[in-house]
Amino acid sequence: MASTDTTPVLDKTDAARTGGTGTSDSADVGAGLDALDSVTAQRGSLGEALRTKALPPLIGVLVVLALWQGAYSLHVTSSYKLPSPADVWRSAQDLWYQGTLFSIIWTSVWRGLSGFLLAVVIGTPIGLVVARVRPVRTAIGPVLQGLQSLPSVAWVPAAVIWLGINDSMMYAVILLGAVPSIANGLVAGIDQVPPLFLRAGRTIGATGLAGARHVLIPAALPGYLAGLKQGWAFSWRSLMAAELVASSPDLGRGLGRFLEDQREFSDMSGVLLGIVLILFVGIAIELLVFTPVERRVLRNRGLLATGK
Amino acid sequence: MTSALTTSADAPGADAHGGAPAVRISHVHKSFGRPGAQTHVLDDITLDVAPGEFVTLLGASGCGKSTLLNLVAGLDEPTAGSIEVPGGRPALMFQEHALFPWLTAGKNIELALKLAGVPRPERRAEAERLLELVRLKGSYGKRVHELSGGMRQRVAMARALAQGSKVLLMDEPFAALDAITRDVLHDEITRIWAERQLSVLFVTHNVREAVRLAQRVVLLSSRPGRVAREWRIDLPQPRRIESAGVADLSIEITEELRGEIRRHGQH
Repeated sequence: MASTDTTPVLDKTDAARTGGTGTSDSADVGAGLDALDSVTAQRGSLGEALRTKALPPLIGVLVVLALWQGAYSLHVTSSYKLPSPADVWRSAQDLWYQGTLFSIIWTSVWRGLSGFLLAVVIGTPIGLVVARVRPVRTAIGPVLQGLQSLPSVAWVPAAVIWLGINDSMMYAVILLGAVPSIANGLVAGIDQVPPLFLRAGRTIGATGLAGARHVLIPAALPGYLAGLKQGWAFSWRSLMAAELVASSPDLGRGLGRFLEDQREFSDMSGVLLGIVLILFVGIAIELLVFTPVERRVLRNRGLLATGK
Repeated sequence: MTSALTTSADAPGADAHGGAPAVRISHVHKSFGRPGAQTHVLDDITLDVAPGEFVTLLGASGCGKSTLLNLVAGLDEPTAGSIEVPGGRPALMFQEHALFPWLTAGKNIELALKLAGVPRPERRAEAERLLELVRLKGSYGKRVHELSGGMRQRVAMARALAQGSKVLLMDEPFAALDAITRDVLHDEITRIWAERQLSVLFVTHNVREAVRLAQRVVLLSSRPGRVAREWRIDLPQPRRIESAGVADLSIEITEELRGEIRRHGQH
């Protein structure tokens, strides 16, 4: 196009000259700028993702197993105190053949997840109210933050006296551990919402409930998700503490109870198996549930660092 | 050609076009702080924007031009005086694009349409139409972070227009852009203003930008903000920011602005 050849900056003639071609010329410049400036997020191939994301942790696990096996082979301590990885694997196989492996895992996972969901239902409105209502925040904000540093196992004796040794007591301990961190996550998320978004929302008419729904809550989502993730970690920890301490034939047998049973039998490979399973479940839920949601939210907002 | 320039002492906005103004600011005062220790930001501002008029508010920092815009937008209340916008809640653009990063470009516009009461089946097509108006056809599904600074400001413009208001308030919307992008957006806003017959109140501290865009430049003094002087600009549109007409007038207005600022150094 010929009109693009004249460099606009050097053009000293007055406004009248630009009457005809000025706008389309400027549109061409604009189109050029758009093409130069836009960024398209590139996603790597599956093979590359496996190599950069999955390989390092796998190597990490193998190194730990090798060190463990090494310590066992060198007889660092007696083998009943430190069984080999193979012994632990055999314990897992025994449990598998007894048919109880999944029921033990499921008992704990079910308690953990349902307790966590209950904590979300209770913690979310608390977080909203604390974040948005000034007097409530002054009154219970610091307590809510302090509760996060209280180990939830400290609630177990109280919960046993109040509720007895049953499922309600387990849920009470989960809630006392998870609700504060979920509420605090939401408060932090709302605090970090740029005021500009709220102003922009108000100018396009997002006030009151519409403002909360279309602006405040989506803007606070990353902080809220971080709170949920931490809430799950707290739920799981609290549950394991409660299961370890509370023993009753009426209770289903979960991972914590399994661990304590193995200690009573002085079965070290069983104890290690219990620890590995608790760790495994905690990591699996985080990787399968929270990480994908969090990554999706951050990527959509351009907040995910894209390494080359 | 001669740069047609008239200086007027009092607000002539409405009588040039006749009828009710699009924005009427009457004797507005604004102060912040508790009684006794108040800061007067705006002092007796009276200003009309006629329907279809493009007015730029010019002033040094601390003149309260953004405060005035917030008052007109209804984000804040004046301490005294009244502000009328007969056409309903005006649209507002900020220096930052203020687009919501959790929505695509198109969905940002659709949210404004939804809140303006446009029924769901029409929203998609209207959003596409607005994107085409700001020359961003095909960017409907783009995420905000995938757009350049100039494109973001154009989506913000489309979102502001989606509110359906004929009054557009702009708070230094191009201040953070590079010079070439800003030139392009000056052409765009001039074109869209004419096409849509908008009434624009545009805040800036950039004299050339004010002269490039406006039919009328209003100079505010600082601390407290008062209307110091007005210029009516009759240069034909679209103007070029580097043209002689714009430059001549800019020199005159800059001199006046420097005088306003100088007064604060001599107490």
